[in-house]
Amino acid sequence: MAKGTPKPEELISSIDYNPPKTGWTETPVNFAEGTFCHGARPSYLETVGFPNAREWAPADEDWKLPENWKEIFIEAMGERLKKYRSFQLFMDICVRCGACADKCHFYIGTGDPKNMPVLRAELLRSVYRKYFTAAGKILGKNAGARELTIDVLKELWYYYYQCTECRRCSVFCPYGIDQAEITMIVREIFNLLGLNTDWIAGPVANCYKKGNHLGLEPHTITSNLEYLLDDIEDITGIRIEPTFNRKGAEILFVTPSGDLFGDPGTYTAMGYLMLFHELGLDYTWSTYASEGGNFGFFTSMDMAKRLNYKIYAEAKRLGVKWILGGECGHMWRVLNQYMDTWNGPADFMQEPVSPITGTRFENAKSTKMVHITEFTADLIKHGKLKFDPSRNDHLNVTFHDSCNTARGMGIFEEPRYIINTVCNNFQEMADDAIREKTFCCGSGSGLNAGENMEIRMRGGFPRANAVKKVKEKFGVNMLANICAIDRAVLPPLMDYWVGGVSVCGVHELMANALIMTGEKKRTQDLRLEDLPNVEEDPETEEGKEETA
Amino acid sequence: MGIFFSFFMVIMIALIAYLGVAVANLHMLFGIIIPYAAFTAFVVGFLMKVVKWGRSPVPFHIPTTCGQQMSLPWINYSKLDNPSCTSGVVSRMILEVFCFRSLFRNLKTGLQDGNISYGSDKWLWLAGLAFHYSFAVVVVRHLRFFMEPVPALINIIDSLDGFLQITAPHFLLSGGVLLLAAGYLFFRRVSNPQVRYISLPADYFPLFLIIGIALSGILMRYVAKVDIIQVKQFTISLVSLQMSVPEGIGVIFFIHLFLICTLLIYFPFSKLMHMGGIFLSPTRNLANDSRIRRHVNPWNPEVKVHTYAAYEDEFREKMKGAGIPVEKE
Repeated sequence: MAKGTPKPEELISSIDYNPPKTGWTETPVNFAEGTFCHGARPSYLETVGFPNAREWAPADEDWKLPENWKEIFIEAMGERLKKYRSFQLFMDICVRCGACADKCHFYIGTGDPKNMPVLRAELLRSVYRKYFTAAGKILGKNAGARELTIDVLKELWYYYYQCTECRRCSVFCPYGIDQAEITMIVREIFNLLGLNTDWIAGPVANCYKKGNHLGLEPHTITSNLEYLLDDIEDITGIRIEPTFNRKGAEILFVTPSGDLFGDPGTYTAMGYLMLFHELGLDYTWSTYASEGGNFGFFTSMDMAKRLNYKIYAEAKRLGVKWILGGECGHMWRVLNQYMDTWNGPADFMQEPVSPITGTRFENAKSTKMVHITEFTADLIKHGKLKFDPSRNDHLNVTFHDSCNTARGMGIFEEPRYIINTVCNNFQEMADDAIREKTFCCGSGSGLNAGENMEIRMRGGFPRANAVKKVKEKFGVNMLANICAIDRAVLPPLMDYWVGGVSVCGVHELMANALIMTGEKKRTQDLRLEDLPNVEEDPETEEGKEETA
Repeated sequence: MGIFFSFFMVIMIALIAYLGVAVANLHMLFGIIIPYAAFTAFVVGFLMKVVKWGRSPVPFHIPTTCGQQMSLPWINYSKLDNPSCTSGVVSRMILEVFCFRSLFRNLKTGLQDGNISYGSDKWLWLAGLAFHYSFAVVVVRHLRFFMEPVPALINIIDSLDGFLQITAPHFLLSGGVLLLAAGYLFFRRVSNPQVRYISLPADYFPLFLIIGIALSGILMRYVAKVDIIQVKQFTISLVSLQMSVPEGIGVIFFIHLFLICTLLIYFPFSKLMHMGGIFLSPTRNLANDSRIRRHVNPWNPEVKVHTYAAYEDEFREKMKGAGIPVEKE
């Protein structure tokens, strides 16, 4: 935990849902330490050709903006009002009913009224009225219009980098107004002024040049995977030999690079490797398209398209039939809602068919990209895999729906079906905190830096609190999910608010239970921790091994 | 601030109508010219706005998915909240427009002893529904003034509306419900600290305006009664374009009419356009089928990409060292 982050009790007691006495236009923004990210270093912006690359810090008085920053902002806003029906509509039709107000995790965790989605949008709508509506031009303040000053710009920046684009507000809005859509557009405009954050710009530059956010070079990817293969061999006695950039493979596999690098994502990656080996799948990894996640999505649509381009380009170069995608949150929002539009049509591939079960994935017939939980659920349904769920008996699992796969895709049953097959102990969190009502981890959309830990803990409070309740009630000790950002940021969130709850991907649980052909008797799980029940009842274990 | 500003605006509007008719005798202006102008402004303004929205592109396919996606055949998917086809989208929109389905989900979030609690909160949904439906009935009911003979359907609605058969003329429920619901929405706006904090004059003004219209209408029907025959003669003359200057109808009628005209003129330029906008919301009116059918962005820009060739040029030796196949040796 970063230095200076308040203790949980202090943090909770500071939450006050009563708005301040001063109206929101008269309440200045407070750049409090721990609540915002560092400004992007110039080299990152230069790598991808973003404007106004310079050293700057958000807490500075002078942001070193271009002289005509205001014109740039207003002009870019006008352009986007014309290009996006969503943006124009969402500026025009909000009735300020407040149904979204207490649905945002940042509002629940801070009590700051500017974190109510309606008010976050009003920060911008006031500018919209001033420059784009007759009433605002004539009536000014009485029509809710506001001049775009440097203070207003800073306020917008602060709060639009305090929105994780999770879309929970949009579920409850009677008109479907989606703050994420507004946030994405405003961040595009900030980008034109060089107002990006380091933690977003870094992965973008890395991904553009090297293929993945972490900047892993090709030989580093293969050697990283070697470590995982060694562990798998220790655990199962099976040596797996995956291929890279192999032409003519049937399937290209793309997953977020976080799965290759940091725990507990690496355990999920081990799960993929073991599953594909067991199936004898004709697939390949790519070092060029070695990233499913897309931090470009947090800067501009064009940048996201530039990064996403590599997936189809690589599929075409390698001549694969279709693409399989790993467990990731915003990667899947991007793939589900944007990829085909940006970089399609993917007519050089074939409609995805599982080579094991023959199932046609009709819901992916245009993008040609299948989610791994769809793929695995189908295998299980057809009885193609053998499991020993008791190997997960030391785990009492709950499932966190990631915002993007929940509200930008609707993938709810597939991961649950897998978990219920491979685990004996599964508990749902409260209905109001799962599925489309799920809460963000508090660190999505590029907020997973170290310097903004306080706001991350505040934003993740609703998620953590729901986990805490199932921990107390059922003894839950494992939080499963299908998102690499979740696997990176939920562990510190759990440590801070809950304690004693680990975090894993669904395919880690699957691989723990997977009985592989020719495997040795397993005594350890993928984390190299001793399996339960192994010593107690060795005979049953052996019996199982024989049937495998 | 916004409350008083909006309140006095509405009082002023009522006063203008009173002075204009009772003192300055401008019957022609308030009875004919302004109503025609207001009606034109409403229709043209409304259409222009909807056309403007409708013509703007939907570059990306962004439905908010509130239920299970359509995937494997043995998994039940949510046709209504995560539709994969047009019929599902239409059903979702019908439920949205007629039942306020999203608002029905509303929750109240609280903090108690360090724990977050969630509770169902359907009052806004209920009041919103009551408000809109009673308003709709009032509007339909008023068509009797513009039609001769009165269609049977309107008579049926009218008699259903007044089925309690109390007072004379019989009390029409819709007017009362409209007033109550609008009153509740106002009460909620001022009593809920969060909602009060976000409220603008533009939120209070239309509420006061509608309350003013309902009140003047109710007064006219039950208290300061106007000559209903004359009113009808006048309204018929308006629709048949044979304008006759209305004289002798009580001034309250002109206040009622002027408030309505204000609402009509205000409508296209305000948040009240959510009435037209809801149909066009891309998060609600699209099917979640973007992996099935390609969605085309009409202004899809060319972007600079980092090609595989450039990547291999940079890493060729390292790739060869790691045994990764390369295109050029």
